[in-house]
Amino acid sequence: MNKFRLILLLILVSSMAFGQESVFKYKKLPSVKLKTVKGLPFTSDSITNNGKPIIISFWATWCKPCVRELTTIADVYDEWVKETGVKLYAVSVDDSRSMTLVAPMVNGKGWEYTVLLDPNSDFKRAMSVGLIPHTFLLNGKGEVVWQHTSFAEGDELNLIEMVRKLNKGEEVK
Amino acid sequence: MNKRIYYVLGTISLMFLIPLSVKSQDAFKGSEVHGSMQADAAYYLTDTKMGISDSTLAGNLIRMNAFTEVNYSLGNFTAGMRFEAYLPPLTGYDAQYNGVGVPYWYANYKNDFIDITAGNFYEQFGNGMILRTYQEWTLGYDNSLRGLRVKVMPYKGITIKGVYGVQRYYWEPYKDYNRGIVKGIDGDFNLNDIFSSLADAKVKLSLGGSFVSDFQQGKTKNILYDGQMLALTLPENVANYGGRFNLNIGGFNWLTEYAHKINDPSARNNYIYKNGDGLFTNLSWSKKGLGISLMSKWIDNMSYKSDRSVVNNMVDINYLPSITKEHTYALASMYPYATQPDGEVGISGTVTLHFPKNSTLGGKTGLSIAANFSQVNGIKQTALNDTTFIGQTGTLGYNSTFYGIGSQLYYQDANVEVTKKFGKKWKGIFTYLYQSYNKDVVEGHVNQYGIVYSQIGIVDLAWSITKKHNLRWELQGLWTKQDKGNWVAGLVEFTISPAWFFSVLDQYNFGNSDPAQRLNYYLVSAGYTNHTSRIALSWGKQREGIICVGGVCRYVPATNGVTLTVTSSF
Repeated sequence: MNKFRLILLLILVSSMAFGQESVFKYKKLPSVKLKTVKGLPFTSDSITNNGKPIIISFWATWCKPCVRELTTIADVYDEWVKETGVKLYAVSVDDSRSMTLVAPMVNGKGWEYTVLLDPNSDFKRAMSVGLIPHTFLLNGKGEVVWQHTSFAEGDELNLIEMVRKLNKGEEVK
Repeated sequence: MNKRIYYVLGTISLMFLIPLSVKSQDAFKGSEVHGSMQADAAYYLTDTKMGISDSTLAGNLIRMNAFTEVNYSLGNFTAGMRFEAYLPPLTGYDAQYNGVGVPYWYANYKNDFIDITAGNFYEQFGNGMILRTYQEWTLGYDNSLRGLRVKVMPYKGITIKGVYGVQRYYWEPYKDYNRGIVKGIDGDFNLNDIFSSLADAKVKLSLGGSFVSDFQQGKTKNILYDGQMLALTLPENVANYGGRFNLNIGGFNWLTEYAHKINDPSARNNYIYKNGDGLFTNLSWSKKGLGISLMSKWIDNMSYKSDRSVVNNMVDINYLPSITKEHTYALASMYPYATQPDGEVGISGTVTLHFPKNSTLGGKTGLSIAANFSQVNGIKQTALNDTTFIGQTGTLGYNSTFYGIGSQLYYQDANVEVTKKFGKKWKGIFTYLYQSYNKDVVEGHVNQYGIVYSQIGIVDLAWSITKKHNLRWELQGLWTKQDKGNWVAGLVEFTISPAWFFSVLDQYNFGNSDPAQRLNYYLVSAGYTNHTSRIALSWGKQREGIICVGGVCRYVPATNGVTLTVTSSF
């Protein structure tokens, strides 16, 4: 009986999946309650950037490759913003152990990103993020057009190249 | 056999037919399907020097942990499930996970006013000191509640949450009160949102309060104590409640949470009737280039589980994170601290400094320094009277005063990390740590090891060969006269953006007092990433250790063999 129910569910899910080509695309972000580093409420669907591309990066203070990614981008972020108008939201999944270290670290390192707190990983779960760092690229309409997990130096060049393409109206894969 | 073929054929044809019908109607327009999966499979080899034999592996050389999670959403509606398989679980995971099934499923509806979840859910009240359910795959940790959750947002700035359910315990279904029923309510009030006159005030204040009760059937319990049966009368309802605030003024932030738990005799606290208390407070101040954080925590008898007989990490209702820094370098995480829920008091301070490029100290490329200090002691306990010893079963346990600091050191860590770029191609991170680790207390031994004092030095160098090709080295040393003595570790990692990585790690216990245990633990790994899919293969040996994520740690036995990890999300 259980098996039958499971199969039924699988059929349902796969039919949704194959029935419409674009069900795997985030057409808009799920609405999840987050906090700003000042402790104020922030809802994930208000992640916007006036029609310009958006980068969402899931990270944590204890995650070395995440910090490496954000440090690398921080060096060129000024130029990126000036050139393309892109905006980076850094969503910290630090739980209450290290959540209070986020603001001192971000300011201490002089990062200019908009930083959000997701202390019980609600947004991380809603975006099906497994491992961090995990980076999403959104076009001006707020649709996720590209995502990537892990970070290696040089990945940031690929990222900004895609932002430029989006600004030119080209497709990104 | 024939029946099965029909089954499969039927399923396949349905898979093609339903999509057609779905396509023809627009009922499901706007549907989205997302999910993730991970499989960790290992082929273990025996190694007599490392103490790994066929019997320690229980004859299971091939093992796998895997999950697939799928979420479906349409407008305000979401539903999802997670399938898990442990066939059998990897070494270091509890054998009770052995099995396959769907431990997590839910349906959710939400709008601006209400948010209702039926099924499993993960929830956190405040900072979690009273209630937090979450999942951490790498730790095999899942304390999700199954039941009902309702969140109401009656007015801007106000959120009221109610939860009602039972927690996951491996694969064991809930029936006949075999564990507690958890009920809780939480209110969160953001004053700057509630009062429109404060919307633009520089001072931001939010307040919150929670009340949680756990009902576990059984008014009496017989406990064997000192050769006699003690008949204990137990509280069937155990309440845990408290309040919190967060005050922010510009770069200054003060967060505090206090919790009080009524008497909760359990296997974890040796069945004493003392009430529990917990306080967490954090002060931080930062501006561009400088961040300071100070925190302190007081925990007295705060273990809170929905089954009083459980002593391991399962069915925790609350979350008591450690305030010590979480380290990730191999040797820096050799002696990680884990919160002692029966009682501890600690402080921690962190300073982060950044000197920008083209400044005196920053030089041409900038310089970052982060320093951290933390210390945790036991709490001061005094005996109730001359005839009762501290922690005696069936009594009030002991006397303690709020923030009374005990003389026993549990953990101390002083560390400094310097990050510096050298020109355009080179980057270095230099770390020094001095750690004192009470191995007996943290790992639950009795006067066996004492305190392990260690000094650790780490050099982490990265070289950009080209824009896409990078090499990274780590050289680490750990010096201690206790436990297993000195270690040295080396790592070389080569990455090709955006897809490939290759690494070789060796940890060598050259200072072990037993020459036969001066072993090399080498690990060769390679991985390929394509968007959100990642395949990694590693071969070699891993030393025994403790991995911690957040406040929870898991013991990992030494292993030798091949591990394959596949992850993907969509």
